Formats: sequence, structure tokens, C-alpha cells
Amino acid sequence: MALLRPGIDATRHRRMQLWRERFIEFALRSSALFAVVGLLLIIVFVFREAAPVLFDRETQREASVPGFFATPLWQPVGDVPKYGIVPLLVGTFKVVVVAMVFATPLAVLAALFSSEFASPRVREAIKPVIEILAGIPSVVMGFFALMVLASWLQQWTGSTIRLNAVNAGIALGLGVIPTIYTVAEDALRAVPRSYREASLGLGATPWQTAWHVALPAASAGVGAAVLLGLARAVGETMIVLMASGNAAIISGDPFDSVRTLSASIAAELAEVVVGSPHYSVLFFLGALLFTITFIINVAAGVFVERLRKRLAGA
Amino acid sequence: MRPSRHARAAVLFTLLAAVPSHAGRGITVKGSDTMVILGQRWAETYMNQNAGQVVMVTGGGSGTGIAALINGTTDVCQSSRAMKPDEKLKLRDRFQTTGIEIPVAKDGLAVYVHTSNPVRELSLEQLRGIYMGTITNWKQVGGSEATIILYSRENNSGTYVFFKDVVLGGRDFSPRAQTLPGTAAVVNAVSKDANGIGYGGGAYAKGVREVALKRTATAPAVLPDVKTVQDGSYPLSRPLYFYLRKKPEGDVRRFVDWVLSDAGQQLATQVGYFPLR
Repeated sequence: MALLRPGIDATRHRRMQLWRERFIEFALRSSALFAVVGLLLIIVFVFREAAPVLFDRETQREASVPGFFATPLWQPVGDVPKYGIVPLLVGTFKVVVVAMVFATPLAVLAALFSSEFASPRVREAIKPVIEILAGIPSVVMGFFALMVLASWLQQWTGSTIRLNAVNAGIALGLGVIPTIYTVAEDALRAVPRSYREASLGLGATPWQTAWHVALPAASAGVGAAVLLGLARAVGETMIVLMASGNAAIISGDPFDSVRTLSASIAAELAEVVVGSPHYSVLFFLGALLFTITFIINVAAGVFVERLRKRLAGA
Repeated sequence: MRPSRHARAAVLFTLLAAVPSHAGRGITVKGSDTMVILGQRWAETYMNQNAGQVVMVTGGGSGTGIAALINGTTDVCQSSRAMKPDEKLKLRDRFQTTGIEIPVAKDGLAVYVHTSNPVRELSLEQLRGIYMGTITNWKQVGGSEATIILYSRENNSGTYVFFKDVVLGGRDFSPRAQTLPGTAAVVNAVSKDANGIGYGGGAYAKGVREVALKRTATAPAVLPDVKTVQDGSYPLSRPLYFYLRKKPEGDVRRFVDWVLSDAGQQLATQVGYFPLR
């Protein structure tokens, strides 16, 4: 062994190893730095482009924060542009609620099944299939909702508006299920075997064990899974752009068409004049969207930490 | 998806930095967003066929293009509307000319309904009422008892602006109008919605029925086709223009001649517009 050989050879070897270590450390450090700096620059860019809405007099004459709430109309192109963001907020909220109501039970129960009840062979089949759902491009999912799902739903519910919040929400839910399922499944499988053995040993049925022991024990991870799914649902663009009809109306009816924050940005940013009020408003929406998902992610972190502490203390 | 104006602007800046626009052979074309794709296709094909020729096309809107023409920063302005009198006046102040107007293609907008819809024709006034939300039931325009479902284009599209200007007289669409990305999506939605109505380029109309339009309640109903769009009897047709400061010469003339030739007009048809002849 080179290390054990005495003399000059060993010192040289050690020095080379030291350099290698340093190099590897440097490479890892710079990739981490690169990711962080890239992210920060994006955030800075979004907020800088949105800034005229808050600070530029000229822009504010057309679009200002009080103005966003003063009109119920989103008609940004015209002689008198109207930037009412309330319908967009309502729309985003409606679609996300439908998506989460649809996706959460399905994904969590599927995770419970594959971690607690399925035989290893069945589990090995289910997991990749659900994860393939995540690999379907969202454009394809949106197109499916636009062409097929919308017609089914209309026949089934008899709604007047074909492209509505329910249609977009369900398609969005399909896109969110893999996220929730994967994280929740991992959390459930991380529950120690001894918990289940103790429960079964005390005479609980497998269902009681899964529902009253495994799921509560994994609740931190499952909660985080749901919040990650929520963050994804809020930011998802292509599915809602294609499936929701994009009419900016304020209504509580889930069978009305909706326009979301993300879809508005996607639809309008490509053709807007750079630096115009409309451009700044769209970046403001982007900053708003970023803030919302950021808060959800932080909440997920806090939530997990608190539950973990409680469980560890119990 | 169309290249963003941001990207186009970036390309333009790069090109401007590399080749000053008035240093010789490059022809600059600027203006209408509706015509950007058309102009770019013309330029690409023309440059492929004529080695050494450079044609640079950017959008920005018809107004931007006309302003560039007045400022002398573009050779050719593409415009989907005629120049306004005050714009001509400005051009005359600067260059002692009112400009040369050359129609280069025709644009026709079709109005679609579901194939099962009994409504065959609409007047412009009815169409305006429908899209502004004052007419909400097909029964009011001679159809069956059913709520009208409005499909529209995204507000970034030239088609949206044209429809808004010509049909709505610049007023706002009903907020209930559903805006879809692309004419193809509008056609798909209308083809699946028995009570839907939508608008877009005539070339797309598959699986839906085009509605004949009347300028006034008593005027004859006209369907869009090559003939009615060309002679302007179809109400939603418009010429697309090139504007120049002076009679085209040299390279510019060769380019304009080529655009007006059969090959250039053929290309316009492929992009979804109508030829002049």
C-alpha cells in the first residue's frame, strides 16, 4: 500500500491526495454556488422588471397596486387598459382548490396502498407507472384536457361552459398526483418496521395499523408532500392555459371558465412591448406567484419540523 | 409559438451592432406583428434564392413600424392598417413625400360556429353584440334556445386587435369570452362546443362552419373566400401593406418585386393569408 510506504513517496502521495481533495471540494462548492447565484439572479430579475409598478410614476398612471383591485376587468390591451387582478387571484384559487381536492386523497391513499398493502411485486409495478405521469409533458396533459376530458365532463355534469375550473383542476390534479404520491410514499416507507409489528402484535388489523399508526407516524412527510403538490399546482401553467378557457371573471361557480396568474403570464408575455406598463404588470404577477409558492414552501418546512419535534418528543 | 418580441429585439440589436442598417446591402423591414411571420418567411426564402442579399425583419406593431419609417430607421414598414393622415403629414415634413403604399397581401378573418348550429349568417352589429356580451342567447340571432359560448384569441394576437378594432369598434370584449392560445385551439374548442362561436384565419376552418357576415342588417351575407376577401366585399378583410419613403430602387425594388411575384404571393397563401390576385 502506497500510504504505508515510508519516505518521500508517501509525502508526495499525500500531497497529491490533498490537492485532489481540494479540487473536489472546490468543484462541489462552485456548483452549489452556481445554482444559488443563478436562482438569486432570476429572483432579482423578476422583481426588478416588476419594480416600475411600485416606483415609476409613468407606469403607475396606467397600472398601480391600488388600480389592480379597483376594477373587476382584466383587459390589458386597448385604448384604456384595465389591469384588475382580482379575477386572476380568484381563478388561481378555484383551480388549485379543485386540483388539491381531487389529487390529495387519491395520491395519499395510493401511497398508503403501495407502502402498506401491496406485495413487493405490485409495488414495483405501481410506483414507476404513477411516476411516469410526472413525465408526461404538461402541454400534452393540457391538450388531453382541452380535447377529451372537457367533453367527458360536459356530458357527465351537463355544464354550459365546456372549459371550466373543474376541467382544468382535474387535469392539474393529474399533474400533481405524482409529486404528492412519491414524497408521501417515501415518508410512509420510512416509518420503522417496529411500529407496525407492535401494532399488529397488539391485535390491530392491517387497516387499523396503516390508518392509525403508519399514516400518523409519517404525517410530517405526507403533509410536506401535499404542500409541495400545492406549490406545483399554483405555478403550473400549460395545463391551465389550455384547459381553463382563460376568461377573467369573478365568480364562485366551479363550472365557470377561469384565468389564472400563471396562464396570463404565459399567454401575454411573449408579445408584450418590453418595458411597457403591461410588461411590468406581468412581471409583478410573476413576483406575486413567486411569493405565494415561496410562502407555501417555507410553510412546508416549518410544518415538517414541528411535527418531527412533536413525534420525537412523544 | 411565435418568437418573443424580446428575442426579436435582441436579435435586432445584435444585427444592428454588427451591420449598421444604412451601410450598404441590408434591407430593414419593421412593423406589424400580424405580418412578422409573413415578412420573415418572405425574407428567408428571398435570401435563400438570392445569395448576398440581407433582409432583416422585426415586429413591434404597425404604429412602431410607421414611426420608424418617419424617423428613417427602416427601409420598409409593414403595416396591417393604412397610414393615418397625421402620420403622412409627419413623413412629408421630414422627407418631402407622403410615402409609397404597396398592398402586398390580403388578410381575412372567419367567424366559426359548431357544424350543428342553425345560424348561417350574422350582421356585424349582431356579432358585436355577441362579443360584447349584450346578446347572450342564440335565440336572439335566429338560433336555438342556448347560451352563446364565446371563444376569443389571447390579447397579444394581431387577430384579437383587428377583431376588437373592426367588430367591437375598440370597445372591450365581454369578460366571459374565453381566450385560447392560437387559432387552432379556438377551432378545436368550437368544433366540440355546440353553442360556441370563435374567430380566426380562414385557412384553419376544419370541423367547424364559417358564418356569412353582413355589413348591415339588410346587406347581403358574404362568406370569406379568395374572391370576397380580395375584392373587399367580405366585411372582415383587410389589405396588408408595405410602406416606403420613396419609389423602391435597387435591392429594395428587387425584394418588393419578388414579394409581389407569384412565388411571393404563393408564400403568403402558405402562411395563412390571401394573395392579392
